[in-house]
Amino acid sequence: MILDDFFWRAVIAGVGVAVVAGPLGCFVVWRRMSYLGDTMAHSSLLGVALGYYLEVNIMLGVFAVAFIVAILLFLFQRQKQLANDAILSTLSHASLALGVLMISLMFWVRLDLIAYLFGDILAVSLVDLYWIYGGGFLILLILFVFWRPLLAITFDHELAQAEGIHVVKVELLFMLLIAVVIALSIKIIGILLVTSLLIIPVSAARRFSKTPEQMAILAALIGMVSVGLGLSASLQIDTPSGPSIVIVAVMFFFAANILPQKK
Amino acid sequence: MSSNIENAEYQTQKEGHKDILLQTQDLSLVSGGRTLISNITLDVSAGEIVTVIGPNGAGKTTLLRLLLGLITPNAGIVFKKPKLRIGYLPQKIHVDPILPLSVSRIMNITGNYSSIQINNALEETGVVSLKEKPIFQLSGGEFQRVMLARALLRSPELLVLDEPVQGVDYMGESELYKLISNLRTRHGCGVLMVSHDLHVVMASTDRVMCLNQHICCEGQPQDVSRHPEYLKLFGLDSGSALAVYSHHHDHTHHISGTLLQDGP
Repeated sequence: MILDDFFWRAVIAGVGVAVVAGPLGCFVVWRRMSYLGDTMAHSSLLGVALGYYLEVNIMLGVFAVAFIVAILLFLFQRQKQLANDAILSTLSHASLALGVLMISLMFWVRLDLIAYLFGDILAVSLVDLYWIYGGGFLILLILFVFWRPLLAITFDHELAQAEGIHVVKVELLFMLLIAVVIALSIKIIGILLVTSLLIIPVSAARRFSKTPEQMAILAALIGMVSVGLGLSASLQIDTPSGPSIVIVAVMFFFAANILPQKK
Repeated sequence: MSSNIENAEYQTQKEGHKDILLQTQDLSLVSGGRTLISNITLDVSAGEIVTVIGPNGAGKTTLLRLLLGLITPNAGIVFKKPKLRIGYLPQKIHVDPILPLSVSRIMNITGNYSSIQINNALEETGVVSLKEKPIFQLSGGEFQRVMLARALLRSPELLVLDEPVQGVDYMGESELYKLISNLRTRHGCGVLMVSHDLHVVMASTDRVMCLNQHICCEGQPQDVSRHPEYLKLFGLDSGSALAVYSHHHDHTHHISGTLLQDGP
């Protein structure tokens, strides 16, 4: 059966993640929140450690920690005392340091750090596939339902609020979705590169999109193709899966943006 | 409970002949030990244009945000006519070119309107030809007109406009104020707006409130422009104020032949 082959499991998982990362990544890019994604991603190491410690699926640990970081950020931002980038950087490094400390203290666990940092094509289990497709479907459904309010607060959040959209609710929901997608993609792409799947396909799609929806679909397609080609390369030349996927996506990005603009 | 009180208050206000849309009483906001808004009492009626002017940091935008319910005051009350429909034009919307939104898409961003309704609204503000254009390509004046059309779609009883002419060139400014004044006449809505410049807005406003945390002075635009508190706030002595005044008078007269009183 196809799912018995580690390569196909990785491809199916990666494609599932890319389909979700495209539309969600659009909002990350439109709202200039890529550093939020990075911060949440860096906190995943703590999530991985937590997953090992509590002996639960690491996706669950990663999701929990990423969401807590998002909530902390949200609370700090409301105080308006500190600049956004300083808060993001502090949270990012705090959770990364805590993650490394925790892993080094858990001497009974032997953990391939490189595999978690850059993704591992061998890492995807059948259970992971259920998580990815279940969680991915849920994200797409929520995105579909909240597409218009999300777009409205992206355009202008005060206007959205004045016209009856519950901005805080939508913002929190959005952070929740990012936390889920980071948790789902961590095994394939790796902690250090996980936001690339949210950002790069979207940036490659901009040139060819006239509406937000076109951009979301195109970003999903570019992500899927990047995953397919990247994982094939990873198998052929024995490279880590995350960087291979990222390099393919970046090639799309350059191809899209180097072509001369027609006026 | 509180909404009952608001309705009751509103009813008593309605006894007068003015159709009051929005009213505040002793509105105050303190944040981080700083008084941002202090004891503001104001009202806006249907068919009337009220302009709030004041220097930077006077709390103009904060006041509008309080009135819209985007922030809550520390003291005082905002009364609104029940189910008041407000069309809001916020200050400075920055649209990044990374977001591919066309004008017609913006019109529908929080509501669902037919293509005919959208065309009519854009027609009214004179930008229907821009319908399919990406919004990041619009000029300041075009963008504000699109946003005005968007506000009209809600068939507002009250238009709340935060610096409607910012990013608009000088000639465009008075054109835009004229448009706002026309919309008021055609739709019978009240208009509450914030402006930095009394003289340009003068011709198309009924009442002016001069704000610097509290209301320094208020009244007819002509009176406010000579009020000592107004002159002090904008650092003008009465001589230079008159000079500025007559300069603007020439200009405004040239465009629309309005009701400005004579200069010196």
